[in-house]
Amino acid sequence: MELGLNETQQMLKNSAHEFLQAECPDTYVRAMENDGSGHATEIWDKVAAQGWIGLMFPEKYGGFGLSFLDLTILLEEMGRVMFPGPFFSTVIGGGLTLLIAGNEEQKQNYLPKLCEGQLIISLAVNEPDSYWDQQSIKTVAKKSGNKYIINGTKAFVDNAHISDYIIIAAKTNNKISLFIAPSKSEGINQNLHKTIGSDKKSELLINNLELSNDAIIGELNEGWNYIKKIQEYGAVGKCAEMSGGSQEVLDMTVEYAKQRIQFGRPIGSFQAIQHHCANMAIDVEGIKYLTHQASWNLSEGNDAKKEISIAKAWSSDAYQRVCALGQVVHGAIGYTKEHNMQMYTRRAKSAELAYGDSKYHLENIENIIGF
Amino acid sequence: MDFEFSKDDELFRQEVANFVDKELPWNWREDKIDSEDPKDRPKVTEFKKKLAKKGWLTMAWPKEYGGQAAPHIRQLIFNEEMSYRGIPAVDAGITQVGPIIMLFGTDEQKKYFLPKISNAEIDWTQGYSEPDAGSDLAGLQTRAIEDGDDFLVTGSKIWNGAHSGANWMFMLVRTDPDAPKHRGISFLVAEMKSEGITVEPIPMMWDHSRALITLENVRVPKKNLIGELNRGWYVGAALLDFERSGIGYASNASKLIKELVQYTKETTRNGKLLSEDPIIRNELATMAVEIETAKMMAYSVAWMQSKSDIPNKEASISKAFGSEMVVRLVNIGMKILGSHGELEPNSKDAPLRGIIEQLYMSSPASATAAGSSEIQRNIIATRGLGLPRG
Ligand SMILES: Cc1cc2nc3c(=O)[nH]c(=O)nc-3n(C[C@H](O)[C@H](O)[C@H](O)COP(=O)(O)OP(=O)(O)OC[C@H]3O[C@@H](n4cnc5c(N)ncnc54)[C@H](O)[C@@H]3O)c2cc1C
Repeated sequence: MELGLNETQQMLKNSAHEFLQAECPDTYVRAMENDGSGHATEIWDKVAAQGWIGLMFPEKYGGFGLSFLDLTILLEEMGRVMFPGPFFSTVIGGGLTLLIAGNEEQKQNYLPKLCEGQLIISLAVNEPDSYWDQQSIKTVAKKSGNKYIINGTKAFVDNAHISDYIIIAAKTNNKISLFIAPSKSEGINQNLHKTIGSDKKSELLINNLELSNDAIIGELNEGWNYIKKIQEYGAVGKCAEMSGGSQEVLDMTVEYAKQRIQFGRPIGSFQAIQHHCANMAIDVEGIKYLTHQASWNLSEGNDAKKEISIAKAWSSDAYQRVCALGQVVHGAIGYTKEHNMQMYTRRAKSAELAYGDSKYHLENIENIIGF
Repeated sequence: MDFEFSKDDELFRQEVANFVDKELPWNWREDKIDSEDPKDRPKVTEFKKKLAKKGWLTMAWPKEYGGQAAPHIRQLIFNEEMSYRGIPAVDAGITQVGPIIMLFGTDEQKKYFLPKISNAEIDWTQGYSEPDAGSDLAGLQTRAIEDGDDFLVTGSKIWNGAHSGANWMFMLVRTDPDAPKHRGISFLVAEMKSEGITVEPIPMMWDHSRALITLENVRVPKKNLIGELNRGWYVGAALLDFERSGIGYASNASKLIKELVQYTKETTRNGKLLSEDPIIRNELATMAVEIETAKMMAYSVAWMQSKSDIPNKEASISKAFGSEMVVRLVNIGMKILGSHGELEPNSKDAPLRGIIEQLYMSSPASATAAGSSEIQRNIIATRGLGLPRG
């Protein structure tokens, strides 16, 4: 058993921390909340130059060949600073989907460019009435000669508004297949949702979108198997962001409790405040180890369904508890737009919803424990 | 990172499990064996002797004292398997008095006590708490006055276990009332048969008793002083490097939850299987998450120890979360049992042999014992997070 970081991971963590400290100050995060695109291309290019987009992709596709566990360490640091933009959605929703599902030609086609930061790819699975459930997907791909005609509505598609391609899960007969389409295709219309986490998610109105046979990623009718695998990575990736975010909320709350003076002494000397902070530390500790355990198992190729659902169920709720207590300790100032505390609080909710909320993962666990 | 145990460690786990399942002639958990109940004591001692023969009882001890200097991870596995089966395998002699004597004892003390401890011949009772000194242990007032070759000890100790079977007590006593409170305490051991000691059982709300031990001018020979005079606080605090992860909470709970899930699959209420109730399913799934969390917290403490790091906030996190997690599981368990939850262990139809009913009363007390949850949170906040003391 070894629960610590290895040398590469420690270096990655340190350099990510340094880079993000310099390139992603809170002023940038705040500015991007109201920015139409949600990120700055100069920073995206710098991130690509660091090799981070390709971090876990094989070298033959232009990546660095590191593991998903290594990516987890990077995502923790990104979560710490609420790094805005399409990194997560492109790497996991786009790149990993292609890596897991794509045929060789598709991988060669998309992955090297994606690793270089030339392509932003989004994944469209859920719908207004469908949440990680194969049966309720209504978007349909109808075969017509050597083409497919796609119709339906997708919801909560991360960063679709700035994407080059969108991967769409659609019904083929009674199964699901994945299709890749240029985002600007005729037949795709987008509406940007306004979200609690100020991230950029869109509704896609797909109307007679015409795609050729070779737009199918991997095998026809195998889409849902791919999605289930991608969801595993996505859930753990979100846990990693939550792990970093919750650690930052704890750190800044403790710092504030040491400095804020009321009744002639730091509020951190009051036991009620101390116990709030202790409870936050308990939750943060749980998020960290459960996340690492799930990520390690996934990286090792083990069946990690249990560890993943446990990590995501715990982290989703625990991060929100941590933020709620962080707000309490900060008092009124923490609720102001100007303060970072509330930015974490809002993102904690959106992180819960991504890749299966706690209710969803608890239902998985019900099966795993024998119900 | 590596979240798996090594092959050798897994083989060891298997060996422990096989041994226990073969050598334990009665069903420990089912029979509700209470290591501190005098009627069960011979069984407990008998089993401990078997563990001693295997070398497992003192596996954490250094080799020079007959131990195996077992790594923390081995100890963790051993403790995990034992608590899963509800077996109180190691006692205060093994984990506390023995190591203290190794570190601070004279040669004579080592020669006398260590073999007796490692052969499970001494039953210790811990005399730390007093009626007026609980969380504030350093406020203890039991007085020991030097008198020739002896100390004369007067005061009372409370909440001690093993009261009727214990033949020795280790205790903290005040030897210098004028010194600052941590600096006037000494560590003594005394035979329970000494004149002036009376033991009064304190029945607890569940099927269990603790003790009130009164000492009145009890003569304790000076050769029973362990470590230096007035350094007892530090003697008591300095223990050998034992596994202190708190794995017992998660390990115990993982057995309980299995039994509860099984129970819901076999029990109908108002014509419907309990396992089909979405609220019950959800609550037990939530507890499965908490159990895994408690397990990882405990593992992280053992792992830190295995690297010679000193866990401080981590151990408190594991204790506070683990003990409270068991309380939550038991509360949910009680709700699942419904009207049958009120049945005591020996009554007809008591579900799960009344274990849940007993734990409903005893598990909150575990959150108080050995440093209450509030004290753990104080430690997390001040020592762990660096918040200023109040
Ligand atoms: C089942 C059981 C077995 C035990 N076995 C032994 C044994 O074998 N030997 C032995 O010596 N002792 C034993 N104890 C005693 C145990 O160590 C004490 O109960 C414990 O330290 C708490 O002390 P107390 O009960 O006097 O509570 P108190 O210290 O009076 O505390 C009462 C309440 O006040 C809170 N409190 C106290 N101080 C603070 C503070 N600074 N900040 C915030 N809250 C505070 C506590 O958390 C608690 O909620 C046992 C106790 C139990 C329940």
